[in-house]
Amino acid sequence: MMSFHEISDVLLCNVTDRVSFWFVVTDSSQNMTTVPGSVVEAAIRMNRNRINSAFLLSDKTLQFLKITSTLSPPVEPSTPVWLIVFGVVLCLIVAGIVFLVVAGIQQRKKKNKESTERENLEEKGEVTVTVENGIPCEALDLKAGHINGVFAADDERFTSL
Amino acid sequence: GFLIPYFIMLIAEGMPLLYLELAVGQRMRRGSIGAWKIISPYLCGVGVASVVVSFFLSMYYNVINAWAFWYLFHSFQDPLPWATCPLNSNRTGYEEECEKTSSTQYFWYRQTLNISPSLEASGNMQWEQALCLTLAWLVVYLCILRGTESTGKLEQLSNPKTWISAATQIFFSLGLGFGSLIAFASYNEPTNNCERHAIIVSLINSTTSIFASIVTFSIYGFKATFNYESCINKVILLLLNAFDLEEGSLTADNLNEMKDYLMATHPQEYAQLSPQLKNCSLEAELDTAVQGTGLAFIVYSEAIKNMEVPQLYSVLYFVMLLMLGIGSMLGNTAAILTPLTDSRVIATRFPKEVISGVVCFINCVIGLIFTMEAGNYWFDIFNDYAATLSLLLIVLVETIAVCYIYGIRRFEKDLYTMIGRKPNWYWKIMWAFASPLLIISLFIFYLTDYILTGTLQYQAWDATQGQLVTKDYPSYALAVIGLLVAASTMCIPLGALVTFIRKRLKRERVSTVA
Repeated sequence: MMSFHEISDVLLCNVTDRVSFWFVVTDSSQNMTTVPGSVVEAAIRMNRNRINSAFLLSDKTLQFLKITSTLSPPVEPSTPVWLIVFGVVLCLIVAGIVFLVVAGIQQRKKKNKESTERENLEEKGEVTVTVENGIPCEALDLKAGHINGVFAADDERFTSL
Repeated sequence: GFLIPYFIMLIAEGMPLLYLELAVGQRMRRGSIGAWKIISPYLCGVGVASVVVSFFLSMYYNVINAWAFWYLFHSFQDPLPWATCPLNSNRTGYEEECEKTSSTQYFWYRQTLNISPSLEASGNMQWEQALCLTLAWLVVYLCILRGTESTGKLEQLSNPKTWISAATQIFFSLGLGFGSLIAFASYNEPTNNCERHAIIVSLINSTTSIFASIVTFSIYGFKATFNYESCINKVILLLLNAFDLEEGSLTADNLNEMKDYLMATHPQEYAQLSPQLKNCSLEAELDTAVQGTGLAFIVYSEAIKNMEVPQLYSVLYFVMLLMLGIGSMLGNTAAILTPLTDSRVIATRFPKEVISGVVCFINCVIGLIFTMEAGNYWFDIFNDYAATLSLLLIVLVETIAVCYIYGIRRFEKDLYTMIGRKPNWYWKIMWAFASPLLIISLFIFYLTDYILTGTLQYQAWDATQGQLVTKDYPSYALAVIGLLVAASTMCIPLGALVTFIRKRLKRERVSTVA
């Protein structure tokens, strides 16, 4: 039902200092009857933006009692962003751990192989590793250790045959 | 007013005790249990107590890192999720809880912790927090693996600088009494100048603390002022709408007079309105102390959201928080792992990776308690009671042991062989008299404070009001508190008792043989 209204059809009353007022919309074509409230409400809901911009106001500064404005929800992506970042960091950390553990196992295997080789050679008597109290001399800090001259020249103690 | 006692404590307690612990670790070249056993066999309980305290600490401390990870991952959004309130179900306004409080507090209490109204209502485990906690423990494990790779005591007498980097990361406290300092110092060269390092470390630590507290208090004041002004604005809007007054007739300055005027002229409407009118006061805002860990997250995220390019500052801040937190965790785990790897029984059977992995796994599983809805209340229990009393006692026993049982002359000689000069009179007076007296008085103060206040209370988040309320602890929570304190403090006398009994038995066995 298309009906045209003029500015004079909108009647104000109860204007206060707060710049708040009651208004009714009359229908001049139908003998000054008021347009029902629900119709006015629906119209305002549809044209809220135009009404706001006409007064250079916003939903926060222009309030229609009984007409609550719907707020726009924030944009939410399909997968939450934080899960993506979490996944990236988790993969990096797990890769680092796996790498370090494997490297540690390999290093230990190499050390075991070296020590068994060295034991075999010692049994054959081919390699003399200078040992002081069970610790190889290369590992000791020579500042702290002290080589005893009496035992150093061990092979000269026995007279040669 | 706070700086004076802070500096007195630093000079009388912090520096001397830090120097003492570093020297002990460096001299004995053992973790905390071994070091104290060497000083006197009756003191093995002190080392065990340190390890127990470190164990409690590592249980709950990594939850802070989990929260830092959570905030860090959420910093990659525009706008930041704690900058605005979410909408309610029919999209007509903001969530009710978020309206009553600020958006940053809502993000912390509802979306991060999903906190329950009280300790008794345990609720479900938050899987997001559990994930972040697992990640935090994986990071700690990775750093420990790296640590044990580069440091070794018997094989290579190299000088790892791990403990120096730990010093800059000991942010929240000097880490005295945890055994982590002794553990780190035991990796030092015997000739390391620990006296100079002790002074430097404590000075750096205190300047960082002072700087951080200045920043924190200024942000805190900003937040209180902001909340106060928005409270006033809400009251003004309510009055303007109710009494149809002219815009601008009510301002913050004339609010009180206008309220009295309106109460006089329109008593009935005013009486209807008065339950909604909050009495805004700046002092009340400043008094609502956001305590402990919540401070770091709520206050700083509040400050960050008001900056330009908040995502950048948010990422930077939480990365810094993570580095500090992981550094502290490394110190704690070193304090636990060093005695374990020192002992022959365990170290020969299992490789280092397995021991560290088991320790991390156990702590992670126990830490899942703190990811439940009531988890933050349990966290506060651990935070307040696991370390404070026990640390005081441990540090007291340490000073008395080194000064009077080991003998301060012997200690002087050890320091002379290590550094090359004897400690001057300042250190000796502090170790022998000032520090023990101060610690004893602190101890007495704590106990009397507890006895006077009666039952213990905690702050619970009330979602309906949007603020913290005080509640009493239930009995089982009090039992847990008692257990926490007892578990670490009882180790000291128990250790002495066990050693005494063992010596007695050995003497009897020897005498019967002879």
